[in-house]
Amino acid sequence: MNRSQAKLTQGIDWPIVGLYLALVIIGIMSIFAAEYRGDDNVWQDIIHPGKNYSRQLIWLGISLVLAAVIWLTDSKFFTATANLMYAGGLLLLLLVLGIGKDVKGSHSWLVIGGFQFQPAELTKLCTNLALAKYLSSQETDFTKLRSRLIAAALALIPAGIIILQDETGLALVYFSFFLVMFREGLPGVLLVIAFSGIVLVLSALLVDRTVLFIIFTVITALVIYFSRREIKRKRSRLALILGVYAFCGLFVMFIVPFVFTKVLKDYQVRRIEVMLGKENDPKATYNTRQSMIAIGSGGFWGKGYLKGTQTRYDFVPEQSTDFIFCTIGEDFGFFGSVIFLAIFVALLFRIIFVAERQRSTFTRVYAYGVASIIFFHLAINIAMTIGLAPVIGIPLPLVSYGGSSLMTFTMLIFILLRLDADRQMVLR
Amino acid sequence: MSVFNQPRKRVIQMIILGMVILIITRLFFLQIVEKKYAKLADANAVLRKVIYPSRGIIYDRQNRSILGNDVLYDLVVTPASVKNIDTAYLCNILKIDTEEFRKRIITAIVKNGRVRQSVFAPLLAPEVFGQLQESMYLFSPGFELVPRQIRSYPYAAAANILGYIAEISPAMLKDTANYSSYNSGDYLGFTGLEKTYESVLMGQRGIQYLIKDNLNRPQGSYENGEFDSAAIAGKNLRLSLDVELQVLGEKLMKGKSGSIVAIDPQTGGILAMVSGPSFDPNLLTGPYRSANFSKLYTDTTKPLFNRAIQATYPPGSTFKPMIALVGLDEGVITPSFGYPCGGAYYGCSRPIKCEHHDAGHAANLRLALSHSCNSYFSHVYRLSVDAGKFGGIKVGGMQKWADYMNSFGFGHKIGIDIPSEGRGLVPDKKYYDARYKGSWNSCTSVFLGIGQGELLLTPLQMANAMCIVANRGSFYIPHFVASIDNDNTHLLDKYKEKHDVAHISDTAYSAVIHGMTDVVESGTGRIAQIEGITIGGKTGTAENYGIVNGVRTKLKNHAVFVAFAPAEKARIAIAVIVENSGFGAKYAAPIASLMMEKYLKDSISTKRQPLLKTVMETVTIDAAMLAKSHLDSLNNNAVIKKKTP
Repeated sequence: MNRSQAKLTQGIDWPIVGLYLALVIIGIMSIFAAEYRGDDNVWQDIIHPGKNYSRQLIWLGISLVLAAVIWLTDSKFFTATANLMYAGGLLLLLLVLGIGKDVKGSHSWLVIGGFQFQPAELTKLCTNLALAKYLSSQETDFTKLRSRLIAAALALIPAGIIILQDETGLALVYFSFFLVMFREGLPGVLLVIAFSGIVLVLSALLVDRTVLFIIFTVITALVIYFSRREIKRKRSRLALILGVYAFCGLFVMFIVPFVFTKVLKDYQVRRIEVMLGKENDPKATYNTRQSMIAIGSGGFWGKGYLKGTQTRYDFVPEQSTDFIFCTIGEDFGFFGSVIFLAIFVALLFRIIFVAERQRSTFTRVYAYGVASIIFFHLAINIAMTIGLAPVIGIPLPLVSYGGSSLMTFTMLIFILLRLDADRQMVLR
Repeated sequence: MSVFNQPRKRVIQMIILGMVILIITRLFFLQIVEKKYAKLADANAVLRKVIYPSRGIIYDRQNRSILGNDVLYDLVVTPASVKNIDTAYLCNILKIDTEEFRKRIITAIVKNGRVRQSVFAPLLAPEVFGQLQESMYLFSPGFELVPRQIRSYPYAAAANILGYIAEISPAMLKDTANYSSYNSGDYLGFTGLEKTYESVLMGQRGIQYLIKDNLNRPQGSYENGEFDSAAIAGKNLRLSLDVELQVLGEKLMKGKSGSIVAIDPQTGGILAMVSGPSFDPNLLTGPYRSANFSKLYTDTTKPLFNRAIQATYPPGSTFKPMIALVGLDEGVITPSFGYPCGGAYYGCSRPIKCEHHDAGHAANLRLALSHSCNSYFSHVYRLSVDAGKFGGIKVGGMQKWADYMNSFGFGHKIGIDIPSEGRGLVPDKKYYDARYKGSWNSCTSVFLGIGQGELLLTPLQMANAMCIVANRGSFYIPHFVASIDNDNTHLLDKYKEKHDVAHISDTAYSAVIHGMTDVVESGTGRIAQIEGITIGGKTGTAENYGIVNGVRTKLKNHAVFVAFAPAEKARIAIAVIVENSGFGAKYAAPIASLMMEKYLKDSISTKRQPLLKTVMETVTIDAAMLAKSHLDSLNNNAVIKKKTP
């Protein structure tokens, strides 16, 4: 009896399980706080699900059952079906495009018998598995451009479909896979180039074109001046500098305006402008402002659990989903927020630690994928609530209310635990 | 391998730590360094005030405001601050009992909580407001008067077009997919332009933070308004409607049931749309809205029913120009085609009577139109649907004819920019197959040729058909809004697009237009003449059947008149229907003519003033129905004083 029990949980990484449970419990408590009005009969509501926290408890139950099923599954199942799951995920996304339902302005929900489900959440898992499968395959030589393009396509195709569903926030998360690819050997210079590209697009939108052109010209002149010796030695260097200069000029003067007037639709342009703060969207600023007031009013120690006035009286919108961090910030203050973030950092670092101890590339890539997805969600979500990022509706992993999200993150983590338990095997 | 990759792991860890440190730094400033936020959250120190945006104003084509905003007051309550007040006195002013007072306070607490404001008594009537304002110091700080804009209609016209706004319902609030930007207590457009253009008219609510003193009195803005969000006013609409023409139309339709639709054929902009009898839109604003609404809703004359777009009628003889166009385009007739009518059409088993029997009254299309010869158009209709090139009526003929009708805008919604437009009915092959189980021919539907039978059109469709004739084959979708101030929407795009109808030749149109000008010059519509202007018109008398006590009974005919002027380059196309008033020329034609004169010449000549007076005084609504209606007394008692134009 004792021996079979030991077998059942053998190899499980308890720190990750502990951190997972801690976050989920904090989440349910926060959702409860966000809905608590002071005179509710708590027990009745838990039995009779009409509130988000009791519904979240049900989702947790379902997630734990899923976790158990995953734990009992053979590791090879995940490597064997990775590509199949990816294809299935893509099909599901396309299906949503056709028969999906609009919820809060995004066309990304499937309704099956009264249950609402967002496949865009689940496809993160499928994509992660497929990417791990591809990068661990023996034919893949990740130093080759072709392999890198295929890997990028694997990550970006679902993102593209999700953008068509008007769920730009979730699509953004798929860029987290570039962090995984960086770990697997994507040259660091690419990260720098991607970063410069984003800066270039943003500056093209925010800065007057003539000014930008003058700035480019000055920078180019300075670069030429400082590297004049090198240019004397190597003529091609000058051509490279002038080429980059010409490209930047062309990009800013023609390509960006063309895309914005001819390719993108009007409402898309407006949404981007709102995001950049170029056009003021009063609703978006209202949400951020209310959330900053709630968090800011928490002070150092916080107002105490269930004592926050801002979250309690519905001042903060979407407070059990996207703005759940407000409840933590207001009730537990700076102290509580730092501890909360520390739990997340601990989880992320533990996952990276687990990743690095793997023998099989599949598990390592998969683990880095899990860490990157959680990190992107965490960074974007919290930055949004404290006014560092525009309002992009993505949930805080394991904490925000929402069944699709909780189930997806549970599956992501428990598949990792299963793979890690079998780290002596070489999985492909 | 592991050694080689070590730095990359470090880089990723650094990125994570960097981001978290950035967040913690920001939190440090938000939660510890800045004290502003803590104060903002403290309801005792800072007053949070919602600023309602002013709703967009609607102007007519001469930039006269026909729908603006007035201010009324709400009494709002903050339950937590209600202490030691003279409840009985407040109840006395509001004319409620203490039980009701308690109930409202509890409702407020349930809805919004104790520290947030809730509306205690909405939109106070002016006399109540006056009394309350004097004694407000007795009830503060728990109670407060908050200004709230309500809609006002200075011309008291165009009620069914402009529509009304009302408080959002709990069911709508739950529908977060469509109404997520509304809060409880918000008002939104329920009908008419108020509904269609809700997204531009509504504006954006703002929030203002005010410092309070210990007695809860606002002491000025907090942190120089750094946290305030300004309310953004709704955008104004500019209509193609001419409000003076609209007012005239409503006066002309007084005591009559029916409608007038006048359109500018060059743009598709609607100049006037009257549904008679009409009501004063001010009845549906302010504190008496719900009481008035139920009165209007139950009134026997159905004033809330916009007959101009919702009611459907057989067009009668006014339909003959369209029959002619189809015949000409299919090539089954030419403008010189004649028919030997001797007083009736004998082509089908039952003869169809014609008003004329002298030889040669239908010797060509122009004569047949001006004499409105029933035989001629019954014959042309049958020629069109039976045409051999479509393989006969059951193969392609009927469907082809129905296609023509659809391209004229009949049988489907045209797409006007106010809701609840009717479709009308164009019978096609499927319709007759179902109805007659396959055994039918062109005689079954021969009455379509004279605009009777199964065919049903809305007045809007009839007016739009006149635009098509006047423009010789093109139209713009009829619409009210010519422009939106600072427009960045695509709401108006579909109204800027020109639609070409079938591809009927110019000569076909010329023949029809000539026939129609003859109608007014020398034919059945002479009463519509206006000095110095050539008018193309067509009278019609729509036979009207209803079910009375379970038996299909012939009721009094509807008078119909359609016209456009000036015939050379039309600036106005019009359709008038006066229900149950008999022959088309009697009331419908004079109403149309007076409307066109007013629009084209800006005033009605002295010579025609007596006609104007007679028409306005005529009552055609059934006396029994009128006796039960309270519409007139309602209109005369509208709360908001009208500004006389």
